[in-house]
Amino acid sequence: MTVVGADAGASRVKLVLVRDGEVVARGAAPCGIDLAGTAQALLDGLLAEAGVPRSQVSAIPATGTGAEAVPFATARVNVVKVMARAGVKLVPAARTVIDVGAEEARAVRCDAKGSIADFALNDKCAAGAGSFIEAMSRALECPLEEMGPLSLKAGKAIGLTAQCVIFAESEVVSLIHRRTPPEEIARAAYDAMAARVSGLLLRLGAQPEVVVVGGVARDPGFIAALGRKLGVPLTVPPDPEFAGALGAALCAEG
Amino acid sequence: MAGGEHWRWAEMRGTVPGADFKTAAVRTAGIDVGSVGSKAAVMLDGRMAAWAIMRTGASSPDSAERVLARALEGTGLAVGDLHYVVGTGYGRVNVPMAKKTVTEISCHARGANHIWGKSVRTILDVGGQDIKAIRADETGNVAAFLMNDKCAAGTGRGMEVIADLLGVPVAELGETSLRVDEDPPPVNCTCVVFARSEAVALLRKGWSKEKVLAAYCAAMAIRMHALLQRVGVEREFAVTGGQSRNVGVVTRIERALGFSRLPVPEFAATGLDPMVAGAIGAALYAKAFHEKAARG
Amino acid sequence: MLAHYGYRDGSGEYFVAVDAAACTSCGRCAADCPSRALEMTAILDGLDEKSVAAVREASRNTLKEACAGCDHAGRAPCETACAPKAIRVTWKQG
Repeated sequence: MTVVGADAGASRVKLVLVRDGEVVARGAAPCGIDLAGTAQALLDGLLAEAGVPRSQVSAIPATGTGAEAVPFATARVNVVKVMARAGVKLVPAARTVIDVGAEEARAVRCDAKGSIADFALNDKCAAGAGSFIEAMSRALECPLEEMGPLSLKAGKAIGLTAQCVIFAESEVVSLIHRRTPPEEIARAAYDAMAARVSGLLLRLGAQPEVVVVGGVARDPGFIAALGRKLGVPLTVPPDPEFAGALGAALCAEG
Repeated sequence: MAGGEHWRWAEMRGTVPGADFKTAAVRTAGIDVGSVGSKAAVMLDGRMAAWAIMRTGASSPDSAERVLARALEGTGLAVGDLHYVVGTGYGRVNVPMAKKTVTEISCHARGANHIWGKSVRTILDVGGQDIKAIRADETGNVAAFLMNDKCAAGTGRGMEVIADLLGVPVAELGETSLRVDEDPPPVNCTCVVFARSEAVALLRKGWSKEKVLAAYCAAMAIRMHALLQRVGVEREFAVTGGQSRNVGVVTRIERALGFSRLPVPEFAATGLDPMVAGAIGAALYAKAFHEKAARG
Repeated sequence: MLAHYGYRDGSGEYFVAVDAAACTSCGRCAADCPSRALEMTAILDGLDEKSVAAVREASRNTLKEACAGCDHAGRAPCETACAPKAIRVTWKQG
């Protein structure tokens, strides 16, 4: 069975082409102004690249905040359900899956089959998601992809008192004026964000293995900070940004 | 960054005409060192005599000294001539010449009571970086309070974000937002980051600046109203702080409450400027402490 | 005097409210808080000082995380420890 899974996030649209349970192609693009158009173009490109005609795709489940805007979606799947399925597919021993995107963070505890035991959401507060690091990278004038490596060079940990993206930007500006080394500021930003994300697990508990997915999981600065905060080993599967789309695809197969 | 100057405290000082600095029995001062502006109020026998507003610098003690000195300019009084000084302000403020520090909440309530009279019961203070909702009794004591400085939503800083986006001067935001026939649905009312993203999307859909501002100010008003509901709202209602000049938000809060706020008094000659409420309250506490100590 | 510490943000509302008049200054809530988020602080009662419970300044803006691990149905350790029921926790997501 050939299925496409779609994950329309706040920042990017992700698609995976799955045949008989295995990913054969993937693609992602920024949502832009026209999410529907972007998704369609992405789908066309993906199918062309894989040499698969649309008629061969038996289902296209969609997940994510923008799922309603995906024109070719055949079903909508809950984002938490999707995470659990993808988590155990990518890491069979996964029992806790943390998904950090641009604007939302979620955590789910699941069993070996990917059934949900409990979950927690951090939606609607940008300080606990990727947009926080994006804002900090702008304030530091450091390209986003260099923020993580920069933070890993920090010699010591300092605190960021601001709990809001907007206030943190001002705080970073004054830290820069006081000549605080940028690597310490970067690390402080990750520490602050990790503290908020780890708050999701205060009630759930972090049962091993703890898997981290979502676009932000690609950031070594964030993973290091989250690992320090949680005090447990973290597993990041390859292509963590596509976990949502994969999970959506897996849900089509029952 | 859009010109935030208009919202920021215009540096100034004033002396109340006829204030008699020489024969007053009790001379006190209150100093309120805020994160953005520092204010000093000099009172004679519990009546306003001189005041000053200045930008807070890098050092709180310096800012306190400078604003008090500014307030005393031309009065013939030196700091040493004051019987009692009380300090207040943001966080663990350090006001070296103060004999005591009182919380900004308590000072604000007492100051508002002095400015508007004993009918004021609910005070909303909307500053550059925080929002305070205070319930007071008729003597100016605090009955309940709530302070938000976690989220930028509703603060002056949050307003600067939309001002920057739309290229509208901060001082004109409020009036511009009222130039709509009816209010559109509000944008996200709890997070400036999301509200801003929604505003961008609305602009792309072809909404006018006025309509987007209306949606944004409506959202911020909803937020402030929710904070007020938590402490409970009782008339009369007064608004202080830099955002008190944002008619776009204040009007919408009044609509939600179903009544108007107390009018801002003419303070040029009296010094009863709501922005100085904290310092006024501190100066009044100074008088009370001084008299208590004198009684033995 | 009812002091509300905490906030409502995009994800929900998280407050600890302390009734300073009812507080007997016993300090048990602060001792029992697993996040060490509470402390005893001096407030003005008229012109005199009274020691009452308050949320530590460093915890006020991270109250969601500080209170996340406790019971939210009225039986948090601080609430159970308080004889006059002067402290109340609100922790609501959504």
